[in-house]
Amino acid sequence: MITFDNVYKRYPDGYEALANLIFTIHAGEMVFITGHSGAGKSTLLKLIAAIEKPTSGSITVSDQIVNKLKKGMIPFLRRSLGIIFQDQKILYDRTVFANVMLPLQVHGFEKNVMERRVRAALDKVGLLNKEKAYPITLSGGEKQRLCIARAVVHRPLILIADEPTANLDVAYAQNIMDVFRSFHQVGVTVLIATHDQTILNDSIARILSLNQGKLVV
Amino acid sequence: MKVWISQHWQALGLTVKQFFFKPISSFLSVAVIGIAFSFPLGIYTVLENLQSFSDHFVHSPQISLFLKIDATEFDIENINSRLESFDGITSFQFISNEIALAQLQHESGMGDIALHLKKNPLPHAFVIHTQHMPSDKLEESRLTLQQWPAVEYVQIDSDWIKKMYAFVKLGRVAVVMLSSLLGVALVIVIFNTIRLQILTKQEEIEVSKLIGATDRFIRRPFLYFGALQGMAGALIAWIIITLGIKMVNDNLTELSQLYELSLRLAPLSLFQILLLSAIAGFLGWLGARLSVAQHLSRIEPK
Repeated sequence: MITFDNVYKRYPDGYEALANLIFTIHAGEMVFITGHSGAGKSTLLKLIAAIEKPTSGSITVSDQIVNKLKKGMIPFLRRSLGIIFQDQKILYDRTVFANVMLPLQVHGFEKNVMERRVRAALDKVGLLNKEKAYPITLSGGEKQRLCIARAVVHRPLILIADEPTANLDVAYAQNIMDVFRSFHQVGVTVLIATHDQTILNDSIARILSLNQGKLVV
Repeated sequence: MKVWISQHWQALGLTVKQFFFKPISSFLSVAVIGIAFSFPLGIYTVLENLQSFSDHFVHSPQISLFLKIDATEFDIENINSRLESFDGITSFQFISNEIALAQLQHESGMGDIALHLKKNPLPHAFVIHTQHMPSDKLEESRLTLQQWPAVEYVQIDSDWIKKMYAFVKLGRVAVVMLSSLLGVALVIVIFNTIRLQILTKQEEIEVSKLIGATDRFIRRPFLYFGALQGMAGALIAWIIITLGIKMVNDNLTELSQLYELSLRLAPLSLFQILLLSAIAGFLGWLGARLSVAQHLSRIEPK
């Protein structure tokens, strides 16, 4: 599903974020990427979504070679992914419902289909009663669940989350992880970057450990 | 296809919402566009009317032939029969000095003065309509008529129309220049409006790009907004001009009675209105398109 082949990433300022990354994540797998802050976790996820380009090497996602995609094709790659961003990127000028609907509008669904799917996604993360609320009124855990609903509403095959449990207390974090597990169980490939040790200890999923941009075996 | 239509429909809905989100500022920029457009449009309307007015005269020139004040019944009869066999005349009409005086009293508001005259100061006259002919031919006819006995003066009434005609032509050039300039101004106004809009929607654009929105999708509402604003501006210009025409016509009624002419400004035709909004819409779209090309690419998610 996702293959990194000899991937290097050096930022324009000379900082080497990733070096010689080689790994494959299979369809339906659940994988954690871990490491200290600055180890390159976020960079790795950004490479998958073509937010950053690798300096050298090749990245394949669902049989598409990401680093060779034409600019006009990048949106279609991103549509096959569901991403939960570290900084959430919630739009505060619209309701929870409208936030979750955005990916569907981008895809171009009919109105009644969109509404049905948004409610289904909100129901899955337990926010159905908050659909008319504005994000500013949500708690930290609820905001995170809103992000998950937005990431899964268009039913992507790959779910990517960057530090989804950061700043959440343990109970909330467990709750969020349960949501991810339920997606994994229905066959979605789940990729989570985290440095939250309690989550890692609880899980039997594969762990890719990064240290200064290199995989630790 | 269905999806494509619904996406456009959504974009249009967003645009209208955006327009009424800040109604005052939206209205102000539309008003600026409308007022700017009403200038060349107003001049155009006046020229257009002058043109059709002068066309009428240029195509059937009119000559006034005034007899000497002491011309006799015999002289009139003589001129009459000469005119009947004169080449190039479509029609002519005799206006006796009594009729002329009566008209003067009745129409020009100088009745009081006329009443106090002891003697009718006006000459007998003929009003002659000729076929359409080049001006040197017309002048030739005038000189011939001038030679006839008992003729005091022959005047080509359509001379001033010719001058006006040339003037209208010049005015057209001015309209074209003015509308080109204001067209560019419209593009700039929309360019800036869209730039501000993109700045305030930076976050939304970034998120949309991250979840797979194509450039086309992101551009669409802005392009609609530009086109819509241009067209709304055209609508305002049209309203201004329509009110202007009404006011001018109210005053023209009196003037045209004095001159025995039907002087009225014709309103813009439906075709002209549609053309105006199409052009303004296109210019608005163009401004938005340029702005979007300039500013959207700078917003890349990190």
